[in-house]
Amino acid sequence: MTTSLLTTDARTKKRNAAEARFKAYGLGAIIVAMLALVILLTSVLGNGLSSFQQTFISLNVELPEDKLDKSGVRDISVMSKVTTIGYAPILRNALLATLEEQGIETDLSNKEISNMISKEAAATVRNRVLGSPDLVGQTVQFDVLASGRIDGFFKGRVTMESAALDGNTSPEALEIAQALADAGIMQTKFNWNFFVWPDASDQRPEAAGIGVAILGSLYMMLIVLCLALPIGVASSIYLEEFAPKNRWTDVIEVNISNLAAVPSIVFGILGLAIFINFMEFNQSSPLVGGLVLTLMTLPTIIISTRAALKSVPPSIRDAALGVGASKMQSVFHHVLPLAAPGILTGTIIGLAQALGETAPLLLIGMVAFVREYPAAFTPESGLFGEASTALPVQVYNWTQRADPGFVERASGAIITLLVFLLIMNAVAIYLRRRFERRW
Amino acid sequence: MEDMIQMDRTMSTQQDIKIEAKNVQVYYGDNHAIKDVDVQIADKTVTAFIGPSGCGKSTFLRCINRMNDTIDVCRVTGDILLDGEDIYDPKVDPVQLRAKVGMVFQKPNPFPKSIYDNVAYGPKIHGLARDKTDLDEIVEKSLRKAALWNEVKDRLNAPGTGMSGGQQQRLCIARAIATAPEVLLMDEPCSALDPIATAQVEELIDELRQSFSVVIVTHSMQQAARVSQKTAFFHLGNLVEFDDTDKIFTNPQDPRTESYISGRIG
Repeated sequence: MTTSLLTTDARTKKRNAAEARFKAYGLGAIIVAMLALVILLTSVLGNGLSSFQQTFISLNVELPEDKLDKSGVRDISVMSKVTTIGYAPILRNALLATLEEQGIETDLSNKEISNMISKEAAATVRNRVLGSPDLVGQTVQFDVLASGRIDGFFKGRVTMESAALDGNTSPEALEIAQALADAGIMQTKFNWNFFVWPDASDQRPEAAGIGVAILGSLYMMLIVLCLALPIGVASSIYLEEFAPKNRWTDVIEVNISNLAAVPSIVFGILGLAIFINFMEFNQSSPLVGGLVLTLMTLPTIIISTRAALKSVPPSIRDAALGVGASKMQSVFHHVLPLAAPGILTGTIIGLAQALGETAPLLLIGMVAFVREYPAAFTPESGLFGEASTALPVQVYNWTQRADPGFVERASGAIITLLVFLLIMNAVAIYLRRRFERRW
Repeated sequence: MEDMIQMDRTMSTQQDIKIEAKNVQVYYGDNHAIKDVDVQIADKTVTAFIGPSGCGKSTFLRCINRMNDTIDVCRVTGDILLDGEDIYDPKVDPVQLRAKVGMVFQKPNPFPKSIYDNVAYGPKIHGLARDKTDLDEIVEKSLRKAALWNEVKDRLNAPGTGMSGGQQQRLCIARAIATAPEVLLMDEPCSALDPIATAQVEELIDELRQSFSVVIVTHSMQQAARVSQKTAFFHLGNLVEFDDTDKIFTNPQDPRTESYISGRIG
């Protein structure tokens, strides 16, 4: 007796059900992953986008000669004796004058008025005056930073209720800020300085930027690229094409694979012991960071390069050897160009991984407070030897700070880091598509 | 007609010995792949190696230009003489040898480069061309010899991998003869080709005989009968019989050869 094809038998039903279940599991997994991604992005973007905006107060500042230049002849050495503390009252007076001009009544104390302006503003004005002493005696317009609380008010972080409980600001100050904003004197605009400025102290989150961190990360990426790529590619070519297949190469292979799985903090300990304690390179320097990240990236590059070399069909090697090319000619003329897209992709992914690495850098002192842009080379500290910080470490650093203004800064730095990573991965994909050859 | 061609071919086989193998043994690790092979290959002749799969005919072919050197576990003993010189002498550089003994592989394997670059690569690395015009000439001559020139002369910069299978194989032949070899080894050159492309390549092989000693490994007995003057029959690593092609196919001396020819084994 034959069964009809029009009815499914029990076995087929079971098989179909299993397939449907498996598809549902897969779909579920993807939904969970997408949800996680959406939550991450909303949280980071929600917290961080505002760091690209900053509130400035536009003030006409009178620069009185009797306060700023006791010599009267614009002698810089005398003028620089006036510290930023000496500039603070000048800015406060300028703000008070502006309030009066706008007809805004206030019974705030001098200290509370001063608190509306960033502590960084006095330093900005002072630098400007010392840079061009002729400004003394004139009234000059400055766009100075508003304090973190006022800035937070315009970004919705600080409210009237929270201000009432806050020692650093008050609802009255926020009302004045609102009035100034209505008059167009206080403005929130795009803040390029975030990408340029160095870190700032605990009291002035509004002045903190990721300039030093970006520079430090860039230096380290340069070191990783210049060391890990040639070493990694050369060792892979040797292992894949030239090395005899024996017990020793097996041992090396197993060790490289294991190295790729070593927790990154271990590389930090290694770097601390070898590069700082033994070789006595400078702490917190991009040189040490770069070397540690090179060690960490090498296995990734070696593994991906070997995979790329393996994927070149052996017939190409035969063809080259068959026309009388030497082993090296066959590798460099034919195999390597075909493997290049794979090698590039692996390298860029390795670099991206190194760019986001935090743990080993904490151990070699890169979690420092650095205000000075590190020079690429100085005679005292050598190449890449000046203290610096790095993007992921800067994020870690800022999340430790008390002032809520730094939460926004940290998220802004994360967004910047993510954008860099996205760009690098996009470049990797582009290169692979562009140079991939078919045979 | 067919007989006349056969006659013609046998007439012209009275030539010098180009390659002489004496007592050749090949081991892959512990596996004794080639046993006691003695063979004499004449110049300006097509010699065919036939035999069932795994009989060692390709292995022996690859010994002649030392392609087996690239396999770690492979070991060759005995003598293979090219023009009286032992090619396994420690003083011989396999790279120099391979320029003299060209090879065409089973699957067409052009480099993923332009047609021109494919042919020009060998002459370039061996310094056979003094300048660009010289190189152009070599490329044209090789492509003409490989009966490919008329099809590709207008698109020399097109990628070699974009052609049909038969064209690719003829390109590989052009590439092999561009280095002016003295011997051309062909490892089942038509097994990946359709009958029309096969016919073109076979015709080409017959023409190449004017200039080279050609050794061809083939699965197809008809092909061996069509293109070769001498045939060697390999079985289980032994060279069973080596003689004029028509003799092998009409009057084999060994019962194993006869069984294979008549389709009882293989």
